[in-house]
Amino acid sequence: MNEMKDLLILLISSSLVSNVVLSQFLGLCPFLGVSKKTNTAAGMGAAVIFVITLASAVAGLMYKFILVPLGIEYLQTICFILVIAALVQFVEMFLRKVIPSLYESLGVYLPLITTNCAVLGVALVNVQKEYGIIKGIVNGFATSVGFTIAIIILAGIREKLEYNDIPEPFKGMPTVLLTAGLMAIAFCGFSGLL
Amino acid sequence: MTKNSAGERLYNGLLKENPTFVLMLGMCPTLAVTTSAINGLGMGLTTAVVLALSNLIISLLRKVIPAKVRIPAFIVIIASFVTVVQLLLQAYLPSLNDALGVYIPLIVVNCIILGRAESYAYSNPPIPPLFDGIGMGLGFSVALTCIGAVRELLGTGKVFDMQVMPDSFTPIGIFVLAPGAFFVLAALTAIQNYLKIKGAKKGKDTSKIGSGCSHDCLNCGEKGCAERFYDANAEERKED
Repeated sequence: MNEMKDLLILLISSSLVSNVVLSQFLGLCPFLGVSKKTNTAAGMGAAVIFVITLASAVAGLMYKFILVPLGIEYLQTICFILVIAALVQFVEMFLRKVIPSLYESLGVYLPLITTNCAVLGVALVNVQKEYGIIKGIVNGFATSVGFTIAIIILAGIREKLEYNDIPEPFKGMPTVLLTAGLMAIAFCGFSGLL
Repeated sequence: MTKNSAGERLYNGLLKENPTFVLMLGMCPTLAVTTSAINGLGMGLTTAVVLALSNLIISLLRKVIPAKVRIPAFIVIIASFVTVVQLLLQAYLPSLNDALGVYIPLIVVNCIILGRAESYAYSNPPIPPLFDGIGMGLGFSVALTCIGAVRELLGTGKVFDMQVMPDSFTPIGIFVLAPGAFFVLAALTAIQNYLKIKGAKKGKDTSKIGSGCSHDCLNCGEKGCAERFYDANAEERKED
């Protein structure tokens, strides 16, 4: 029972309280770049959930069963990045062959997140905080859900902002960053949850 | 200055194509570690070391690495140097290592490093890329230190841990927290846009001025994260 409680707390803290983009600044590039429309943002979010959950599972297994027994934990950065890059390529090929419908909705986003810093970041944080495999997967899932929530909200706001009359220098990126800053303040409110 | 000379490369990295202020690359670490000037400086110098060494090695190996697998090869080289630097920091500067945390191994996916490898080091003999790396790295360090100093000044009234503001100044705490990073960067990009618009009116070449990464932190060319795989605007054009 206690374990379930731990996992639930981890789920909330990774997805809302310490949101991956708004408080840890990982995965900023897709957050700012692919958030023009809500449906593209949702597609990106789904692909990120898929890849990060899978990558944290694979990285966790590799760390426990290959790196630790051989005593080469210090090679984690190199191993993780190569495994994640290969994994995404493999997933892309697998989906295209086996589940074409899913590939069509996620496919275009997959290559984009090959080496998104959030993917590597989650794998490294799992090791740093000694989460183990199950907790690592939950952490990966929660982090990516947090990413998806943030990117969909941002896309919704950006769609509304499009028709506003903004001073010339603030058009584009500055407005998006200000919006993200205000969202970050709002997400600070979640820290009272735990 | 002659092109590709050491001095020209240093000038290019520090001012003309400053990776943060002009090209807008590597935004994730820029936002995350600039809570104080000293953290910004530490991160900048760490990145500079990795950048200079990986540029040198990639340039030395440019005839050995086949073009088809160059990206994975670059990543392995960069990741090796990051690991070396991380172990050195753990041994000799543990306080900095703790302050920067997970962002040190994440130097691997910093756009600037792969961008320079791809656009400069892979096609030039070793000496200019070494200085290119040093120049770009110093440019990055200067930028991070400046942003860190501004945030620290507004957020705590100190710079490099020394009291600068008078006692009557009330620190605006939010600037050292996450939202402050976004606000500082927003102001920075607005200034950049302003200069770009002004420059364009005078007929200056502003094409080098980037506006941040677009998709993927790692897959970038010289102009930020290039749209190598997927053209986000293509979809919009189709819809129009």
